[in-house]
Amino acid sequence: MKNKILSVHNIKVHFFSNKQFYFPWQKREFIKAVDDVSFDLFEGETLGIVGETGCGKSSLARAIIKMIPIASGKIMWMGEDLSAYNKTKMQKIRREIQMIFQDPLASLNPRMNIGEIIAEPLRTHYPKIAKNIIKDQVKEMMKKVGLLPNLINRYPHEFSGGQCQRIGIARALILKPKLIICDEPVSALDVSIQAQVINLLKDLQKDLKLSLIFITHDLSIAKHIADNILVLYFGKTVEMGLSKELFNNPRHSYTKKLISSVPIPEPRLR
Amino acid sequence: MTLSPLNKRRLDNFKSNKRGWYSFLIFTLLFLASIFADFLANEKPLLIKYENQIYLPIINKYAETTFGGDFETEADYRDPYVKNLINNNGWMIWPIIPYSYDTIIRDLAVPAPAPPSKKNWLGTDDQARDVLARLIYGFRISILFGFTLTFFSMLIGVSAGAIQGYFGGKIDLFFQRFMEIWSAIPTLYVLIILASIVQPNFWWLLAILLLFSWMGYVGVVRAEFLRARNLDYVRAARALGVSNYKIMFRHLLPNATVATITFLPFSLSASVTALSGLDFLGFGLPPGSASLGEMVNQGRNNLQAPWLGLTSFFTLGLMLGLLVFVGEAIRDALDPRKTFV
Repeated sequence: MKNKILSVHNIKVHFFSNKQFYFPWQKREFIKAVDDVSFDLFEGETLGIVGETGCGKSSLARAIIKMIPIASGKIMWMGEDLSAYNKTKMQKIRREIQMIFQDPLASLNPRMNIGEIIAEPLRTHYPKIAKNIIKDQVKEMMKKVGLLPNLINRYPHEFSGGQCQRIGIARALILKPKLIICDEPVSALDVSIQAQVINLLKDLQKDLKLSLIFITHDLSIAKHIADNILVLYFGKTVEMGLSKELFNNPRHSYTKKLISSVPIPEPRLR
Repeated sequence: MTLSPLNKRRLDNFKSNKRGWYSFLIFTLLFLASIFADFLANEKPLLIKYENQIYLPIINKYAETTFGGDFETEADYRDPYVKNLINNNGWMIWPIIPYSYDTIIRDLAVPAPAPPSKKNWLGTDDQARDVLARLIYGFRISILFGFTLTFFSMLIGVSAGAIQGYFGGKIDLFFQRFMEIWSAIPTLYVLIILASIVQPNFWWLLAILLLFSWMGYVGVVRAEFLRARNLDYVRAARALGVSNYKIMFRHLLPNATVATITFLPFSLSASVTALSGLDFLGFGLPPGSASLGEMVNQGRNNLQAPWLGLTSFFTLGLMLGLLVFVGEAIRDALDPRKTFV
């Protein structure tokens, strides 16, 4: 039996409208971005979260690391309740949960060179490490994600999208986290580059015994990388299960519709 | 120091704007010259050789008795008696303009204000003080005041704008309302009230003007921070657990520098104008100090002596003109949409 590292119980995320003033008898208007979602994540496994644009995938991810407040529910990390954690305790958790973002170039500060970018988590969480040790670790990490270490002084705009995403992955990995939340990490990339980046993630996952939460709207990618899949529709869980089962035997009509929308390379073989 | 390609392009753009670049050079030259005002215009000689010994009267004080005089007080080198004492046993070198800003010339041929002559190149004012000497010192104090005021208002304005823009929400809302009230307080009346309590000097004026001048920066910086705080790389930094303070400094402030630098020369010229205006009205620097505004006032009071009004007019016009030209050049050089041939 594998260790359960993260379990999410019935979390809800509400976004309130921008209206500033309410009479006491008025109710605040809000949107239920995530509505009553629960899942468990085990060590070394990958959970794919799929759904169409605006269904709350990213909100769910950002709620898990407490970047946006949750309206109700519980987030258990290694058996401890994250929602009760204060800022300093949360800081320790942030070492263990890292994130990879959708737009590889936009998620890197254009004014920092990639050595500084990859080192930033280290400098933030361990401010006392010597500079040359940081540099060695950064170079090692660059090798691991398939970047040449002599590119350390370049700036993000000098790299291609795939390379930028590798930088993002290196930044996420340098603290040796237990869980990485990938928020549509490949949707901004070409198909050929997508495969490289995903295979890189898979290899790294095997090497470092990482757990992944992989958010995507592309079902074929989810099928390739995920052990379990959670299908979201307007913030609600539609279907959840093992990847293979879900693809071979979808039960909900929305899942069926999603699967049928995936283009097949050779339609005659259908 | 190596420049990034972007900054190099900006520098080239700045240089290629001939008007701005030459204005910058002239302004720098004038400013550097006025820094050494004490060596350009002074009532003490630059160098004295007396009985085979070298004296530097501008830097050190020497009693009259050093040169064989009668008094223990500091020597008055303009006194013909002291001059004679030194010249009989050595020599002295005078600055180009042998008057300081507060030297009262007692041997004028005509009643003050005296017109321009060989001795007083731009004439004297109505208290028999050399106009050129006062001009140099007045220029220096205006620029130094401008720089200090600009620096401190930038410091306060940028931090206030950064905090408002970054945290947004209630902090932003309340701070904006506070600023609306604060900016409605009339600076001039505060100064007039202050002038009735204390004798305003350089630092008092600086403090009072600073109370209100920082608000110019807040809008620019706040807007930049509001825009940039939701950029992906800022979110990424936040997810990494980087502290707010570090995010502001490392990730957001560089975005706001361009807007701030563009604002600088204009803020500088505004500070100079403010000081001159206060001096003109008599609420500025203490009486007797060299200032351009006071000279404008003298020009108004002595219309029969046009050199007073003209000198101050051309000096202020030149200085503000140069600053605005430099400001325009900087603004254009930092504008990414502007292309240069």
